[in-house]
Amino acid sequence: MQPKVITLNVNGREHWVALNPNVTLLQALRDLGYTDVKNGCEKGDCGACAVLLNGKAINSCLVLAWQADGAEIVTDAGLGTMSNPHPLQEAFADAGAAQCGYCTPGMIIAAKALLDRNPHPTEDEIREALSGNLCRCTGYTQIIEAIKRVSEEAREEGDDE
Amino acid sequence: MTYKAKPLPPVELPELRVVGKPLRRVDALGKVVGATVYAGDFSMPNMLHAKVFRSSKPSARIKRLDVSQARALPGVVCVLTADDLPDAKLVTDMPGQTGQKQRKGSDAPVLATDRVRFVGEPIALVAAETPDIAERALELIEIEYEPLPGIFDPVEAMKPGAPVVYEPDNIVARWRISKGDVEAGMAVADVIVENTFRVPFVDHAYIEPEAGVAWVDERDVINIRVCTQVVEHFRSIARAVGVPHNKIHIQGTMLGGGFGGKEDITVEIFLALLAKHTRRPVRLVYTREESIQAHSKRHPFIITHRTGVKKNGRITAAEIEMVSDAGAYPYLSPYVLLYATVGACGPYRVDNLNVDSVAVATNNPFTSAFRGFGFPQAAVAHEQQMDEIAKTLNMDPLEVRRVNYLRTGDRNSTGQEIKSAVWLEETATRALAALGEKTPERGPLKVGQGFASYLQSYGRITWFHDTSRAWVGLELDGTVVIRCGAPDLGGGQVNSLCQIASEILGVPLEDITIYSTDSALTPLAGTTTATRQLYMSGNAVFQAASAVRQVLLDRASKHFEEEPCDLDMADGKVFIKSDPENALPLSELAAMCAAEGLPLSNLALFKAPFSEKLDPMNLQGDVFPDFTFGAQAVEVAVDTETGEITVLKSVACHDVGRAINPTAVVGQIQGGSAQGLGYALMEEVIVKDGVIQTPSFSEYLIPTSRDIPTTKAIILESGTGVGPFGAKGIGEPALTPAAPAVANAVANAIGARIHELPLTPEKVLAALDRVRSGEE
Repeated sequence: MQPKVITLNVNGREHWVALNPNVTLLQALRDLGYTDVKNGCEKGDCGACAVLLNGKAINSCLVLAWQADGAEIVTDAGLGTMSNPHPLQEAFADAGAAQCGYCTPGMIIAAKALLDRNPHPTEDEIREALSGNLCRCTGYTQIIEAIKRVSEEAREEGDDE
Repeated sequence: MTYKAKPLPPVELPELRVVGKPLRRVDALGKVVGATVYAGDFSMPNMLHAKVFRSSKPSARIKRLDVSQARALPGVVCVLTADDLPDAKLVTDMPGQTGQKQRKGSDAPVLATDRVRFVGEPIALVAAETPDIAERALELIEIEYEPLPGIFDPVEAMKPGAPVVYEPDNIVARWRISKGDVEAGMAVADVIVENTFRVPFVDHAYIEPEAGVAWVDERDVINIRVCTQVVEHFRSIARAVGVPHNKIHIQGTMLGGGFGGKEDITVEIFLALLAKHTRRPVRLVYTREESIQAHSKRHPFIITHRTGVKKNGRITAAEIEMVSDAGAYPYLSPYVLLYATVGACGPYRVDNLNVDSVAVATNNPFTSAFRGFGFPQAAVAHEQQMDEIAKTLNMDPLEVRRVNYLRTGDRNSTGQEIKSAVWLEETATRALAALGEKTPERGPLKVGQGFASYLQSYGRITWFHDTSRAWVGLELDGTVVIRCGAPDLGGGQVNSLCQIASEILGVPLEDITIYSTDSALTPLAGTTTATRQLYMSGNAVFQAASAVRQVLLDRASKHFEEEPCDLDMADGKVFIKSDPENALPLSELAAMCAAEGLPLSNLALFKAPFSEKLDPMNLQGDVFPDFTFGAQAVEVAVDTETGEITVLKSVACHDVGRAINPTAVVGQIQGGSAQGLGYALMEEVIVKDGVIQTPSFSEYLIPTSRDIPTTKAIILESGTGVGPFGAKGIGEPALTPAAPAVANAVANAIGARIHELPLTPEKVLAALDRVRSGEE
């Protein structure tokens, strides 16, 4: 195996890293310190490692780092911070959508991807969009409520006009 | 039929400012922005990576173990086997911090010596420069086994001549209740109903696999940063590693879920050993497959009920037998079995009662704590039995229960008087009323409704003499620090403590910082298990904050020249109740106190009621501090062509005593319900000849967002619990009624009873065949 130097553009910051071809994007991101990208199963069952890859939610454990060379990668921590959280992050915090919080970054990424393509989803559409992300704590309802809340706030503010 | 909610007795709850409000949890923001550093997220300079070599045989003698090639692999720093840690045993049937006498021979080796008893039993540890090298080193370990006969069925394991998992026999624990005169009770019964119910192995399936980092510091202290429900394990870890208790420091992290699976020691001893031997930081993170293989499971049970009833539904006698599969080592099996035994007859008055329960060793994966701790298994049986009794008597299921429900002042199965509110009918009727009319059936879909009531303890067994400690202090700028050893599993444990202190000290929630789950730096608060933290540590924080409040009010009374009882505290100020504008900021009051050397902090110790240990062969007396009561009702559609079950509606109603944070309570109820619905419908760790056939989330299915509906949560507050502000516990109880409610709804839909969970399409179709052939 020969390493190759690739560019990982994560949350607006560029990293040049030499990686072997078998390194997953999940591993590469966590090694770079993006530990908000969680490892729950490493085979695409749980969705805890979801990130936006060129705007699309993907399981980073199922993508090789080489495949993300030059692409725009956004993790949950790239959406907002403690002092300036994203509306989805605010809503998750207020609705009780994060209990243990381990699935939360992946859930928020899945929700972000959904609202980006469908700003006012029905509950069925939300459930469909989250169906690749396992949560063992909440039973999903408070997560769904958080997403609805953001969608409704956007409608009230006329963001979809 | 439609049900009307039974009116609630009058309850007077004091008006509070913070407690009872659905505030944003103090831990929420860090979690949603990905800033919370979980156990596997932490790294240190010069850190090694560990892996565990495990048994591939369920029962064998180790003839030869050769780690020389693994040791020689470049990049491998340390390989440890049992030879490197003489006498390292883990006492497994003894909870956290109590000195119970354990069964002889029941201690598990930290690493197997010459004998393995289950697939996945740890044999060797590797620490290497990278995870890849550690993984390769595992492949270089040579082992030869001599297979020994294994035993995989707990009933077979009790028979004479069965292979013995460890001496002297396979009976790990036995508990009995003999109350009243069962023979006489059966004699006066109009009908005797008998059924046997089975429940499977279940996995906790927290999304965060076990993980930790350990290092030895300049004091020769082994620090272990780990996700655990029990920081008090530092004592067992010290014993296994061979260092004094004060040389192990557990720095607990926020848990990515626990549910009982991180109650027993997981990675801690391995990490401590490797850090001690290498003098370098070491990280160990389980893969999902290793997690499923390495941690405990929920006990499978076989439960037989024989119940004598009068035509009016009154239970005259009950005989209940329970067999649980303890797996290869006891861990907490004796206590899980005790809980199941106490809960065996459910929340009903049964004056003539025999319960005979046994936990049996096998070469299956070991079983231990899982949310509910024996009560859910008991409830699956007693609630289906109640519906079967109703069916036999042609009575309404609620009516049969109503005749038998416990009431305040009654004595339960062990003769313990229930002193708190017992809102069984109140919760059941509300759940049923909210469920509403049955959805019309269409095509091949048959629709059924069912419900389940339950009782579940909160707080540990009272003969464990449980305690918790908390320290609360006011800083000079008016902010507050709480120090309390309680681990937070995600259920909102530390947030509740903050809301309690906020209420008592009148300090806004955002001005409170809590340090928790550290064996050295926070006062020990006991385990986050047994639905005990709100009760125990909540009371400890209540006491500590109240002591600080008293000091502040006494000093303020001098300042205002008013009686302390005429003063109050809120929004960071102390003020005169009759003249709230006349206020003093807490920062100024703190400065006055500090100048006079008054104590601005308090360390409180809360003790649960203590009781004597009961006779295991006839449990009669107090076992628990108190109980939570509630009910869940569900509606299902059963596709008679495919056997698929869809839960259409779900309503859970619990008396939580007092909801400290209603959003968090709803989260517990809905999340517990989800686990219970999974238990009913899909979850099963399939074990064949000791080998797990469902090793990952591809095979071990838990509910997704598409599999279960919203469980509507109805919170009742009797204010009668033994927790702070009259709170009861809800963490575990939330799960308990869901599965039997589904089972009863399915039986209602198809007209046949399936006696074994999970209710898979195959079992549904088989039951429908029995109905068609007239067997049911």
